[in-house]
This record gives sequence, structure tokens and C-alpha cells, in this order.
Amino acid sequence: MDAAAGAAAPNYLRAGKGLASWLTTTDHKRIGILYLIAILVFFLFAVCLGLMIRLELFSPGEQFVGNQGYNRILTLHGITMIFLFIIPSVPAVFGNFFLPIQIGANDVSFPRLNLASWYFYIGGGLFALGSVILGGVDTGWTFYIPYSADTADNVYLPILAAFILGWSSILTGLNFIVTVHRLRVPSMPWFRMPLFVWALYATSWIQILATPVVGITLLLILLERFLGIGIFDPAKEGDPVLYQHLFWIYSHPAVYIMVLPAMGIVSEIVPVFCRKTIFGYKFIAISSLAIAGIGSLVWGHHMFTSGMADLERIVFSLLTFLVAIPSGVKVFNWLATMYKGSIRLATPFLYALAFIFLFSVGGFTGLLQGALSTDIHIHDTSFIVAHFHYTMFGGGGVMFFGALHYWFPKMFGRTYCESVARWAFALFFVGFNCLYFPLFLAGLAGMPRRYADYLPEYLVYHRISSIGSWILVAGIVLMLANLLRALFKGERAGRDPWGGATLEWTVPSPPPTHQFAAPPVVTRGPYEYARERASG
Amino acid sequence: MADGGTTSTDLHGAAGAAHAGGYDPMAAKMGMWLFLFTEVLLFGALFIVYGVYLHGFTWQFQQGSARLSIPVGAVNTAILLTSSLTMALAIAALQRARPARARRLLFATVGCAGAFLVIKAFEWAGKFAHGVYPGAAFLLEQSKGEIVFFGLYFTMTGLHALHVLVGVPVILWAGRRIRSGAISPEHSVFLENAGLYWHLVDLIWIYLFPLFYLIS
Repeated sequence: MDAAAGAAAPNYLRAGKGLASWLTTTDHKRIGILYLIAILVFFLFAVCLGLMIRLELFSPGEQFVGNQGYNRILTLHGITMIFLFIIPSVPAVFGNFFLPIQIGANDVSFPRLNLASWYFYIGGGLFALGSVILGGVDTGWTFYIPYSADTADNVYLPILAAFILGWSSILTGLNFIVTVHRLRVPSMPWFRMPLFVWALYATSWIQILATPVVGITLLLILLERFLGIGIFDPAKEGDPVLYQHLFWIYSHPAVYIMVLPAMGIVSEIVPVFCRKTIFGYKFIAISSLAIAGIGSLVWGHHMFTSGMADLERIVFSLLTFLVAIPSGVKVFNWLATMYKGSIRLATPFLYALAFIFLFSVGGFTGLLQGALSTDIHIHDTSFIVAHFHYTMFGGGGVMFFGALHYWFPKMFGRTYCESVARWAFALFFVGFNCLYFPLFLAGLAGMPRRYADYLPEYLVYHRISSIGSWILVAGIVLMLANLLRALFKGERAGRDPWGGATLEWTVPSPPPTHQFAAPPVVTRGPYEYARERASG
Repeated sequence: MADGGTTSTDLHGAAGAAHAGGYDPMAAKMGMWLFLFTEVLLFGALFIVYGVYLHGFTWQFQQGSARLSIPVGAVNTAILLTSSLTMALAIAALQRARPARARRLLFATVGCAGAFLVIKAFEWAGKFAHGVYPGAAFLLEQSKGEIVFFGLYFTMTGLHALHVLVGVPVILWAGRRIRSGAISPEHSVFLENAGLYWHLVDLIWIYLFPLFYLIS
């Protein structure tokens, strides 16, 4: 690429002026920024709901939202965090922004479709918010039948929201798969792709293969409510457990939609901050596909207590244990990459370390639920709540912020205050564990999930947890304030502040609209630092 | 380059054209196939539900199937198969640089789609008149498996009819683009993708017909 020409062209942020130029853009980088803004807004909204949950649980008895209000807040917190934050977060923001750059392309294969997915996303988000105005929904984010067909609350809006958001997710996945196949520069064979691209590729396949199933299943709930077709209604000999199967056929693979891209980012950050080629590149790349494959066959472990044949339960339990293997492969490869590396403890690396720790805690406690006997004991307790917050928030969520710190200089051309970022990280990490770890203990002691009230013996767990939620939120606020300040007052970032070797670090920060005047020629692997020159 | 890892060069050929953001029919077709995967999975979930209940209510499903008219279903099957043929012929005509003929064949396809929908509408109306629809008092008196059978019948044929309905403007749009020259023998991927979609709609019906009409 011609560096001089690249520097002369206006960067993508300044390529067009005014709101209209943003809302009609087909530039993958701008669409990434549009997603970033929308996703952060929904995230902060859902954080407020989470805080309300913790406030209600600060003391036993009804505090200020009451039982019904608690159910509705809980449902909305789940729907917003899952469908509007974690599932789209990394692919839609950082995937859109960096996938084309990392494979040497100027955009995705279908730029207009890409913008359409953003509008689908916003439409789905408005439907979800609309359900708040209409009084909220008390079904939980899983919309379990028969209650979701019977409740007096308006479940049409959130279900339509989930359906529309599903199509947004499908179209993004479709776009990424075609982009990886068609727009990868010829000098980048499959096994020279950055691991983030591998992770997004695997994720995209899950999005395409799993989402339509939940889409039609949710529509069946609407038909059940609206017309009474009887497919899931036990009064008409329909089978509610069949609903659970269809729901989890999507929704379990969906947890890998949440965590695979995060693993891809860890695989980017670890070698850069250890100045070492990633250990076991091929194993990490293929383990992403293995997780996508095996992860599609384990949904039954959500239903061990719902009524299944013993053989089914044993098979699902076995597959659940198997899916831990590719995740373990990744963790050991990251650790081996750090071994004898020249480690620089910058903020993005701290988030990657936090991911490895938190996700391992979440993963190991997941095995307790994959085991049939222990699952009977901890099913539907706050142990489950702690587990999935460790895997999803501790996995997908943490690396969303890790990626934000890692790529912030590239996206906005500015650097943030490192020491404030570290303090924010410390608050985040301490608050996180303080908030969720007590829930493991409470769950083991028998605290059921989804209850607004509890017996006095669980007081100590809930107190610590609620205090942790305040520390966590303080960390998030400090982190975002630091980044917001950097956006306007940060120092100018160079082309390659971290010394990364993937293609995004070869273009200016922020990149021009057409980042590559000509297709770059890749002559080395994405993590080969041996031939690097000193750079500023 | 800042770190010397990459150099630039000019590329020619298909990959270079795709990189420049030009016309890449391969990408468009790949995208269409992926979209069709999602459609297959959308219906696939319903076919799974059908399979589960057929296993549980074999006798009641046969009874429900006896209420459907095989001749009507057969005529509709013939109509859709014909429409797939005219669609394929339209693409072949365009590739032989005969756009007028291609457009006539597309109109024939749309005509078949319309005929299918009209017959379907009369069929549904007949069912409604006999009290066979979800929640109808008559249907609720029948065996439990029959309620599920007709729940699935209306859901699956309804979703299929919706796909036929969506196909009509797409095919008309393709015809318009042939007239304006936007679709030409060299730039035919839009029409080919519309054809792929139409064949899938046809294929789904080929499964729906025996599963609902022919099991009695």
C-alpha cells in the first residue's frame, strides 16, 4: 500500500459530514461504529436493570420493585444483554471494522446488506424497548411455553424483537462467510489468516445454522398465542418439552456465538503483548471450528431435569464434556504463548488475562452442570446464574472491552490514559468477582434463581454480591469516561502502537475509507514478529 | 510500510476484480446458497416437529390427512413444478441472449405462482367453512392428534405460501431488470439467484405434498 497516498486521503471518520452520511453509509468501519454506539447504549440500559435486580436483592423481603416488577426487570435484563449486547457485540462492532482489514479487503462482500443488518438491529432494539413501555414481560428471556402462551403480559413485542435481531445476526454471519471466501487477498491462504478471522468465521457458521431454528420456534409461540394452533399446548396434546429442545438447539450454540469471537481477540492480544508467535496456531484455528461443531450437539444439557430418556441424558452429558476439550486447547495454547515471552502488562493484555481466568472459572463450573448427578442439585439455583455470568460476561463481555482498549487507537487515532484504564480494570475485575462469586456459594446452599425474595441465611451472599455490583459499575463508568475523554483529548496514536503484525496495523490510524489502494501482499504469518523493525 | 511486513502490488484476474468491489457473481451466488441454508433450517425445524408428532399420532395424522383433497394438492404440485420449469427455461433463454423470451417465461412463472395461491386460498376457505381451523369448535372436538396435524398444516403451508408470495415481486423485478438491461447474459446472477430461491420454494412443496396429503 502506498503510505503517502493513504495519509493524504481523509480518514473514514471525516469522509462525510452530518448524520445522514452516517445513517446511509456502506463503509464497514462506519457501520462498526454505528453498532458500537447502539450496543453501548443498550448495554448501559441493561446494566441499570441489573443494578435494580441487585438492589431488590440487597435485603430479604420485597424492597422496591416487588415480585412482578422483579420478573419483568429480570426478563428485560436478559433479553437486552443477550440479544442486543453479547450476541452482536464483538462480531458486529469489531468484526465489521477489522475482519475486512485483517484479510486485506476494502469492505465486506455485501456492504448494503451490512447496513441493512444494522437497521434490523435497531428495529429489533426498538421492539424490545417498546415492550417496556407496554408494561414489560415476565416470562424470562427463554420464553418457556406454556407460560409464555398464557401470561397476560405482551410477549408479542419481545418475541418479534428476538426474531428481527436473529435476522440481523444471520445476515451479518452470511456477509462474513462470503467475505472471507471471496475477498481474502490471494497471498493469504487459510492458515495465514489472523485467529480473530478464524473465530469470526466459525461464529458466522453458527449464526447461520442455528438462528433460523429459534426464529421459527419463536414464531410458533406467537401462533400459539394468537391462533391456538396447539403445537406446544399440552391441553391440545402438544409437547412443551419439544419447545425447549427447539429453543436450546439455537440457544446453546448461541453461547458460542458470544464467546468464540472473544477467544479470537484473546488470540490476537496474547502474542502481541508477549512478543511471541502464538503457540499452536493451527490447533487454535481448528478448535474454533470444533467448538462450533460439537457445541451444536449439546443443547440437551439445559434440560436434564425437564424429562428426557436416560440414554439421551448420558449422550448429552458426554458431548458436554467433549466440548470442554477445544476450549482447554485454546487456554493451554495461550498460556504456552506467554511462557518465556517478553510480557508487557498493558490494559488490553490485562483484559485477556481476566478472560482466561474468568472463563476458566465459568468453564469448570459448567462441567458441574454437565455431570448428571450434580446438575440435579444445582439446577435452577443461583449457581447457574453465576456460571453463565462468568462465561458470558466474563468471556464475551470482558473481551468486548478488551478489544475496545486494544483497537481504540486504530479506530479513533487516539490513545487513552493507561493508568486510569488500569484502575478501571482493577475495579471491574474486583467488582466482577465480588458480584458473581458469592452466587456460586448461595446456589450450592440452595438459593433458587429468579426469586425476588430469599431466606435470611442467604443474606451474606446477597449483600456481598450487591456491593460488588456497585464496584463493577464504578469500574465500567470509569473505563468509559476514560475512553470518552481520549476520544477528544487523547494523544495521537501512531500506525502501530502495540507492534502488532496483522494487516490492520499497516494502515493509518484511523484508516481512510478505502484502506488499501491496492491489495496488500502478505509475506508472513500474522504473529511473526522476528523480522519486525522498531516502530513508534 | 511501517513494519515492513507487507508490500503492495497490482493484482489482476477474478480475485483482483472482487477486491476492487466490482461485480462478483460468485460471491452473490455463495450468499444466496447460504441464505437458502437458513431457509432450509427454518422449515427444517417444522419438519422435525412434524416428524415427532407423526411418530406419536400416526393414526390421527392419517385421519387428518383424509380430510385433505389429493386432487387439489396434486394440481398445485403440477403447477409449481411447471413454474420451476419455466423459471429454468427463462434462465436458459437469457443465457442464449433471448431476453424477450426470458421475460415471457418469467411471466408464465408468475402466472403459475398466482394460480397456486388462488387454489390454495380456495382450499383454505373450504377448510374454514367446514370448521377446520385452529381454535374452531369442530376441530377441538376431534382427536388430539388431529388438532396438532392441522396446526402444522396451516403453519407449514402458510409459511410456504408466504414464500411463494414473496417470490412474485422478486421475479417481476427480475423481468423489469431484463427489460432495462440491468440483467444481461453477462450479468445474470440476480436472475439465477431468483431461480435458486424459486426452486427451493418448489422443493419444499414437494415434501409438504406427500407429508400432508398422501399419508392417509
